[in-house]
Parts: sequence; structure tokens; C-alpha cells
Amino acid sequence: MVSTLTTTERQVALLLSALVALTGLALAAAGRHDPLGVHGFLILVYGLGCATVVARGYYSPEPDSERLSRYYDEPIKAGLLIAMAWAVVGMFVGVWVATLLAYPEFTFDQAWASFGRLRPVHTTGVIFGFGGNALIATSFHVMQRTSRARMPGQLSPWFVLVGYNLFCLLAVSGYLIGITQSKEYAEPEWYADIWLVIVWVTYLVLYLRTLARRQEPHIYVANWYYLAFILVVAVLHIVNNLAIPASLGGAKSFPVFSGVQDAMTQWWYGHNAVAFFLTAGFLGMMYYYLPTRAGRPIFSYRLSIISFWGITFFYMWAGSHHLHYTALPHWVQTLGMTFSVMLLVPSWSSAGNALLTLNGAWHKVRDDATLRFMMVAAVFYGLSTFEGSFMAIRPVNALSHYTDWTVGHVHAGALGWVALITFGAIYSLVPMLWKRERMYSPALVELHFWLALAGTVIYVFAMWNSGIIQGLMWRTYNESGTLAYSFVDSLVAMHPYYVARAFGGLLFLIGAVAGCYNIWMTIRSTASAAREPTGDRPVAGAPAAEPAE
Amino acid sequence: MAVEERDAHTGYLTTGHEWNGITELNRPVPKIIWLFLLSTFAFAFLWWVLMPAWPLGATYTRGLLGVDQRARLADDLAVAAARRADWMAEIEAKPVEAIRADPALMRLARESGRTLFADNCGVCHGATGGGGPGYPSLVDGAWLWGGDAKTVAETIRVGINSDHAESRVGQMLAFGRDGILERQAISDVVSFVRSLSDAPLAPAEKTGAAAGATIFADNCAACHGEDGRGSTDVGAPDLTDGSWIYGGDRPSIFASVDRGRQGEMPAWEARLTPVQRKLLTVYVLDLGAKQ
Ligand code: HEC
Ligand code: HEC
Repeated sequence: MVSTLTTTERQVALLLSALVALTGLALAAAGRHDPLGVHGFLILVYGLGCATVVARGYYSPEPDSERLSRYYDEPIKAGLLIAMAWAVVGMFVGVWVATLLAYPEFTFDQAWASFGRLRPVHTTGVIFGFGGNALIATSFHVMQRTSRARMPGQLSPWFVLVGYNLFCLLAVSGYLIGITQSKEYAEPEWYADIWLVIVWVTYLVLYLRTLARRQEPHIYVANWYYLAFILVVAVLHIVNNLAIPASLGGAKSFPVFSGVQDAMTQWWYGHNAVAFFLTAGFLGMMYYYLPTRAGRPIFSYRLSIISFWGITFFYMWAGSHHLHYTALPHWVQTLGMTFSVMLLVPSWSSAGNALLTLNGAWHKVRDDATLRFMMVAAVFYGLSTFEGSFMAIRPVNALSHYTDWTVGHVHAGALGWVALITFGAIYSLVPMLWKRERMYSPALVELHFWLALAGTVIYVFAMWNSGIIQGLMWRTYNESGTLAYSFVDSLVAMHPYYVARAFGGLLFLIGAVAGCYNIWMTIRSTASAAREPTGDRPVAGAPAAEPAE
Repeated sequence: MAVEERDAHTGYLTTGHEWNGITELNRPVPKIIWLFLLSTFAFAFLWWVLMPAWPLGATYTRGLLGVDQRARLADDLAVAAARRADWMAEIEAKPVEAIRADPALMRLARESGRTLFADNCGVCHGATGGGGPGYPSLVDGAWLWGGDAKTVAETIRVGINSDHAESRVGQMLAFGRDGILERQAISDVVSFVRSLSDAPLAPAEKTGAAAGATIFADNCAACHGEDGRGSTDVGAPDLTDGSWIYGGDRPSIFASVDRGRQGEMPAWEARLTPVQRKLLTVYVLDLGAKQ
């Protein structure tokens, strides 16, 4: 990878690595009596590691200017592989925490293996590790292709990718040693948050600069979504993580908001993370890979517009539906609920637009598991957005809230939509990027599809059942006017569903492992010489040689 | 570029743009979408009119229905309380023994006591009161502090070794750790204690048990009684009945004598109402009686 950088870029890369290492050293020293010290050390090692990689390739020959007539795909390849690695780690921990709920003794009496610490490792691993890296990698691909322009410079995509993964590592390792802000999906502490801001702004600038170089008069829909994802996540992340460190030598910080304001900020963040990270970003992915794979025009450009603006506008208001029947004022709950209902049609328009695009290509859906991944993803997207709007209705929420139904809903979205669309995109991308005829084994893709689908369905059905049973047990009064069931009664009733859920998760994990193997073997197979898709080049002559950034 | 093409399959024109092979059809938004969109808007609008919805500076639109979630909750709780009122009043008024003699009332007490017990006491005593290592069984009829209604009610109110000012205090001394008895003496008295509940003894234990008898009389009888049957004055358990809090095997008994024991039972005065505690007293006594 270093060989694709210009000399100036290599120098800047060395400098940046050194800066990271020095920051790590400073944190390690300042936090030597605190878990922060461990993280300082980790940052130091990470910085030194990057510096070593750059130094070892430092004297390799400079890339020639022929590169400028190609897209810059190296960081995309790396991003996909990293995403798959996170998928396996994150899903493995997911199966572990699912097992813990059925068999609590699987903590092996270790503090780091307690449910409260492993759960965020799972969520961060799959959402930010798997999902985030897949989004970054595919966005690099989509923005270049739909702009017909090479990314400006070679360094900043690497900075985004490598920097982002430092954040993920800090997050995940922090939970294990007990560092957390206790905000769901925003657990990492202040120093990791500041780092992510730097990385994310670089990402935004890179995206905008590439778009600015575009050779097409219009900006394709996928880019609207990716941009919304990048921009809004930046805003969400900054606002929800406004906090004051207790000391610069310690990991602990305190949020600037408190009480119900803090709860509202957190769920405004939390729900929009679902909206802009787990929805908008992946819609961008869908809008590129689904039509290219199907070879069909998008069903309706106008429908795309309605759904894009509907989704971006309505989601912003919906967060308070996470706080129904709490100290949050009733009127805020009403707004959250009604905007969630109005969100349904734009969401369904996206799902419908995707599915109807397949008209004329259904035979391909039948024969091609990769396209089928994306088709089923769109179905699950429609399903879980309907469910989400439904669960946001207060009286429904009275039953569903705090139960496993919520968990089932999240996983209908996370497994059925996010992961399936990502696998579809990855299976489309890998042969393109590595210039192979097709994946090493289409049969394995097929197997992965069925494992993933079966796993998702088992998971979601188990959680629907257990959630509704749980909700009913918690609210049932006996005729003498007291609650009919104790909490433990409800746990006992959950047990079989928890076992089923762990099993469903396991199937999903096995599918992902099969995917990794398949990708690995595809890369190892010999490149078919002339497998460069025609026209997969930036518009000739357009990218003038740029000074390195 | 910007050449509109007709899609053969649908017959619609594309928008004329093309991105790396992707095109879009210039097809109007289906009517049904507008219809659905408008109906969700109408639903939202209706809800805003009926319910508290929009902020107006320091206040907000209250909604035509005048619904307030806090008032609703209070109403719901009042309804449930009303359903409990008559029989709870009876529980409150009648003495425990009278309640236990009243089958209709007992049925209600068992029903409501079960969840109350499982939610508050089950973590330690087990959901059905069977106890576990370190937590006494409440169903075996063996009592540390006494099994009459008044005593049980008091135990629940103030707890044992709890932070309540009037807490019961029971302590098994750490004879080994605090250097009161030599290791050999502990070993002997442990053998003797095991002989009390007719546990099958190994030959070595039998000789130890003889020496242990005097050690027991000198060190233990003050609390556990001459005959080892315990004392409800100091919460010292009966060592002869074969029911154990910390285990009746040799290593467990040895650990009890060597390092002492001080079980903690929280006080419930501040957490449960007097009626709830009375209900639990009835329930616990009933559990014990079932055996
Ligand atoms: C945190 C654990 C814990 C909880 C919760 C708990 N207990 Fe206890 N309880 C104990 C322990 C430990 C003892 C024995 C103390 C000792 O060894 O001296 C005990 C003793 C008792 C006794 C005395 C038994 C005897 O033999 O005299 C009664 C009665 C009792 N508990 C009832 C209850 C009830 C009713 C509740 C629920 C409201 C409850 N406990 C909740 C730990 C607990
Ligand atoms: C100061 C009073 C006192 C003296 C003296 C005392 N005990 Fe205890 N013992 C207790 C109390 C109180 C407990 C219950 C502790 C608890 O459950 O928290 C107890 C518990 C025990 C237990 C555990 C019973 C079980 O069910 O697991 C054993 C065994 C025991 N004592 C043996 C002895 C022996 C042997 C001696 C003499 C060497 C002795 N005790 C002296 C008060 C005493």
C-alpha cells in the first residue's frame, strides 16, 4: 500500500504516525494510574506500527502518473477485508452474549467477560467495526465510480480508514477494561471521541473533494445518502459526546447534559445513528450495488427524492420514541411518535424503489445469491421500518418497550437489512476489485445466503415470541389486583427463546465465516488477465496530477 | 450524456443521466404513495390535535382529550389498589394466625405472596424459598431466630446484620483466624459437630469427636447450646438437625469454625409497606408449614 503513495505523502504519513505515537505516549504518561494509561500505550503502539509500515515501504519506487487514469482502489480492498474481520469478531461476541443470557455461567468468573462489558464489544464490533468499515470502503468505491473521478490524493483515504479503526480498537478494548461513558452506542470516552471527530471531518472533506471533481453533471442518489450519513453522524457524534473529562490523566468524563435532557440527547443520537449510520449509509450502498448487479434502471427517480428527503427530515424528530412513558414530557413523546409514523412511507418508498427496480431481473434474483442477498435485504428493510413505526406508537410501545421485541426489531434491521445488503455489496465488489471472473465459489455464496436468512428468521421469531410473552407477563394482573408473575418467572419463560436466538446467531456467524473463506480464496485465485470491466476508469485526462495533501 | 432512453421492459424514459451504467426511470411517484403519505400526515395531525403535542414557550398544546401520562398512571395505580383494597384491609386487620386459618384469604395471600417473595427475596432464598449456599432455606422448618409470626415479622422488618438501627446481630466467631483455637482443636470440634447430626464419620473423625466434645462445651455451647440445638436468642443455628446454611461436609464446617460466618439479610422496613411485610410473614410461615 505504501508503494501507491507519493514521496510527499509518505513523509506526511510518517509525520502523522509519529504524532499519533507521541499523543499515545503523553496519554500513557498522564494516565499511568488510570485505565487511560493502557489506552495511551495502545495508541503509542498503533502509531509506531503505522510508522513502521510506512518506513519499510519508504524507498519503494514512486507510483507513475499512469495511476491517475485509474480509480484508487487499494484502501477499498483493505476496508472490505477489515470489515469482514470485524464481522467475525463482532458476531462471535454476539453469539457469546446471546449464550450468556441463556447460560450465565459462560462469563467464566472473569470481570471482563461479564455481560455488561461484552455487550458493547458486540454492538461496537458489528455496527462500527463491520458496518462502519464496509460503509467507508463502499463509499470510496461508489463516490469514485459515480463521479467518474479518482479520489484526490492517496493519503487521506488511508488516514480515514486506519484512523477509524484505531477508534474502534480503543472502543472495544476500553469496554473490556471497564472504560465507558454508559451511553448506548456512544460508549467510548472523550479522547477516543475527539479522535473520531478528526477522522470523520477528514472523511467528509475527502468525500466533498471527490464529488467536486466529478465528471457527471448530476450527483447520483447513492452519494446523497452517503453524504447524509457522513454529515449527520458528525453532528450527532459531537453533540451527544459533549462532556468534560474529570481530569486529563483519566478516562472518565461527565456529559454536559444531565437528567432527562441527557436522556433525550442520547436517544436523539441513538435513533439517528440508526437512521444515518445504519439506514442512510446502507441505502447508499443499495442504490449502487443493487441496480448494477441487476442491470436495471432505478424504478423511479422521483420516488428516490421523496424517500431521501422524507427519511432525512422525519428521522431527526423520532428519537424521543425511545423514551415513551418516562420522565420525558408527554408532548415530546407525541412528536416522536407521530414523526415516526410519518417516516413509514418514505422508508417504504426506498424499499419499494429497490424491489421494483428488480422488475425485469427476477430471474437473476433466482439464480444469483449475491443479488438475492440485496433483494432480501430490501424486504427486511421494509419489514423493520414498518415494525419500527408501529412500535413507536405509544400504546404499542407500552407492551414492547424494554422487552426482547426491541432486540428482535433491531436484529431484523441489523441482520436482515444491514448485514445482508453489505454481504451482497461485498460479493459484488470483491470480483470487481480483484479483477476476478466471479467469486471463488458461488455455491458458498449460496450457502452463506441460506445460513444468513435462516439465522435471521430464527433470531427474529424467537425474539418476537419472547418479547411479547415478556411484555404480557410483566403487565398481567391477577384477580386479586397484584402482578401475576414475578420477574424471575418471565426469565424462566424466556429461556427456550434465548437458546433459539443463540442458535440463530450461530448460523449467521457460520455464514460470515464461510464468506471470509470464500473471499480469501477468491483473492488467492489467479486473476483472469483481462477482467477489467470496460469503462471502469475515471474520465480520461480529468484528474490532473495533484500535489499531495 | 443526458440522452433519454426508453427502457424496453417498462416503456418509461430514463432521466437521461448515467452513472457508471446506472440509469433511473423518469416515472412519476405512484399515486398510492401519495395516498399513504397523506394518511400518515392526517393521522399525525389528528394526534397533535388530541394529545399534548407542540411546545409553546414555557407551555405546550394540551390536546383536546386532556390526556396527561402522569394522571393516567395515577389512575391505573388507583384502580389496581382498589381491586386489592378489600382483602388487603383484611390482611392488615386480622392477626397472622387468623389469616392462616382462613382458606379464602390464604389463597389470595399465596397468590400475591408468591410474586412478592420471588421479586424481593428470591435472589437470596431462591424463588421457592429453598435457600442455597450461604442463604438459609425457609421451608425446612429450622429457624435461626424463631419461627413464630412475631419473630419472623421482626426479622423481615429489621434484617440480620443489616444497616437497620435495630438489626438483629448474629455472629459466628472466627475461631481459627482470630487465634482462639488451634488447628487440631478445630479439627476435633468439627468432628464432634458432624457427629451431632449423625453424619457418617471416618474412623479418624470418631477419635477426634471425643476430644471435640469438651472443646464444644467450652467454646460453643454458650451460643449453640449444651446439646448443640442452637439458640434463637443469638441466632445460632441448630447443629443437630442436618440442615445447613453453609454446608454440612467437613471442609464447609471447618471453614465455618475457622473463619467465622456473618450472613447478611437486608432490612425491609424502608422498602416494603407494613401490609406487604405482613403478607410475606404469612407467606414465609406457610412455606415452612408445607414441609
Ligand atoms: C441479600 C440476600 C437476602 C435477601 C434479599 C433476603 N434475605 Fe432473608 N436472609 C438472608 C440471610 C443471609 C439470612 C440468614 C442470616 C444469618 O445467617 O444469620 C436470612 C434470613 C432470613 C430469615 C430468618 C430465617 C431464620 O431461620 O430465622 C427470614 C424469615 C428471612 N430471611 C426472610 C426473608 C424475606 C421475607 C425476604 C424478602 C423480603 C428476604 N429474607 C430477603 C439473606 C437475604
Ligand atoms: C457468639 C455465638 C457463637 C459461638 C460462640 C459459636 N457460634 Fe457457631 N454460629 C453462631 C451463629 C450466630 C451462627 C450463624 C451464622 C450465620 O448464619 O451468619 C453460627 C453458625 C455456625 C455453623 C454453621 C452452621 C450452618 O448451618 O452452616 C457452625 C458449623 C458453627 N456455628 C459451629 C460452631 C462451633 C463448632 C463453635 C465452637 C467452636 C461455635 N459455632 C461457636 C454463633 C456462635
